[in-house]
Amino acid sequence: MPLRHLLRHETILAFVAILLLVLLAFQSSQFFTGANLLNQGRLMTEVGLVAIIMTFVIITGGIDLSVGSILGLTAILTGVFWQNLGLPLVAAAGLAVAVGTFCGFVNGFVITRFGVPPLIATLATLALYRGLAEGISQARSVRGYPDWFYVLGQGNVLGVPTQLWILIAFAILASVLLAATRIGRSIYAIGANEVAAFFSGLPVNRTKIAVYTASGFAAALAGVIFVSRVSTTRSDMGTGLELDAITAVVLGGTSIYGGRGSVIGTLIGLVVIQSLKNGLSLAGVKAEGTAVLIGLMLIGAILITTLLNKRRA
Amino acid sequence: MAIVHDSSAVTVRKHQRSRPLFARLLSDYGQECVIVAAILLLLLIVGLYNPRFLSASNLNTIFAGNAYIAVAAIGMAMVIITGHIDVSVGALIGVLATISGTLAVSGYPVWVAWGAPVVLGMAVNCVVGWLVAYARIPSIVVTLGMMSILRGGLISITGGTWISGLPKEFMIAQWKPFGLPFPIIAMVVLTLIAAWWMRNFPFGRSLYAVGGNPEAARATGISSERRVLAVFVIHGAFAGIATILFATQLQVIQSTVPPNLELTIITAAVIGGVSILGGSGTVIGSTLAAILFATIGSALIFVNVSAYWLRAVIGGLILITVLADMIRRRPKK
Repeated sequence: MPLRHLLRHETILAFVAILLLVLLAFQSSQFFTGANLLNQGRLMTEVGLVAIIMTFVIITGGIDLSVGSILGLTAILTGVFWQNLGLPLVAAAGLAVAVGTFCGFVNGFVITRFGVPPLIATLATLALYRGLAEGISQARSVRGYPDWFYVLGQGNVLGVPTQLWILIAFAILASVLLAATRIGRSIYAIGANEVAAFFSGLPVNRTKIAVYTASGFAAALAGVIFVSRVSTTRSDMGTGLELDAITAVVLGGTSIYGGRGSVIGTLIGLVVIQSLKNGLSLAGVKAEGTAVLIGLMLIGAILITTLLNKRRA
Repeated sequence: MAIVHDSSAVTVRKHQRSRPLFARLLSDYGQECVIVAAILLLLLIVGLYNPRFLSASNLNTIFAGNAYIAVAAIGMAMVIITGHIDVSVGALIGVLATISGTLAVSGYPVWVAWGAPVVLGMAVNCVVGWLVAYARIPSIVVTLGMMSILRGGLISITGGTWISGLPKEFMIAQWKPFGLPFPIIAMVVLTLIAAWWMRNFPFGRSLYAVGGNPEAARATGISSERRVLAVFVIHGAFAGIATILFATQLQVIQSTVPPNLELTIITAAVIGGVSILGGSGTVIGSTLAAILFATIGSALIFVNVSAYWLRAVIGGLILITVLADMIRRRPKK
């Protein structure tokens, strides 16, 4: 029964996405061109990476609000390690990603070891990590990276933006992990009933720590890609990223109460949001106007699912 | 004294046995006492390092300039005590300040410019409260969405411009009855009223029941839906009052959302001893914590630490407080 419901939600959403794409194609001749679509994929990657792992986090019944700050911290550290410490850029980026992953581990540790609600724990680290980024950068930006670094964020491989390949690989890996492995099944079990999962002998804490660590890693990877895409680092990078990611996940049919959801749903949710953003900007609506729409969609999507569930119950 | 028919001798003995005022204060308001001590210590140490820290104008900046955060934290404390959260309050204050300032410069009477943020704050939070209490959507999702709507709407409509030429009679935050800045009076009076209401009135006390154990609250006949809706509306009113204090303290209002305001407000409530799990804490603590933050922020500048570290300090403080709260509440083995 849950599987059928899931499929139904995703089919409806996919239908909505296709309808939206067709509408936008008619509305603007620039929309349905290969160049525009690939460019949208490029813009979608950072949120996409974060949203895929956010799906895992939300299925366990948690939430990670600190992803935007981890992205910002990683971006700043990449610049600082490279320019101020004189490390080779690959080592600098690798080290920054390691720190970002560790930030995710800290989230998981605080949540499991001390029993702090994920919402509060990651709200605190949202401030802490962003604060560290601000303190370390002192509002200075780092520019002037070597040309080869921009291949990651601005270049193409086989005619497709480099980071889109990473997103695709990430998505496939995550889908398989969630749908077809023991770890994936335990993630659902923990979200559905954590106590029952614990007494069934599942490693609840270890799984949750792993999920939050992965969330930190995804945000950190997105941070490096972000730097490469915009050619600079600033401490306010990724502000509000958590909202975009959560909206995509929830729109994609993952229950905010945990225990239910899928990576494919999140990906369709991402496509819907990105095409709306793109369509609106082609129609001359500013980015801030899109934020209003995303907020409405987030509340609307949950309101509709909640009302539907109430009717079924 | 619950027992009325006690002979006077017993009553006297009871009085002797009852703990002294100081001990009672410490046990009932432990967190609050710690915060007061921290504020005093900070004022003393930084004051010795740099006497200008204790100048009247700096103290005025610290206390009056941040009173609006304390006022907003009262409502936030109530929301958290009932087991919910509101991350949209910063955006709400930004929107309300813009509306209030626009009304003031457009020639509306000042009471309209002051009343509008309170009424609108209650109206917006009525919607939020309904979605949380009756539609049963988690408050974090509702308020994240609301934050995006308010912030995006504000900037796309105003473009983040400055509102200047505010009429003199509008500037209530600069009013000094009895030589005391009005924001400080408002902060103290509102905190005491709210604390008294939450301690002594059935409705106020029921908020602790709803946050502490919703099932038990329901079983004892407390409608948690109505409490939650009411708390969000009250929180909206406090946000409206905070807006007035915020919007009238400078000659101009920038029509954007003050950065991180919601985080500062939530932090004040949490550090003030409001348990993140709901069900305990006082608004006196949240007000004191707001003052503590303002003092820390100012102290960092006076000891020449870059203001860019402020958020890291605040983030670290929340994390430590939350961990301490969890360790304190951990069931003893």
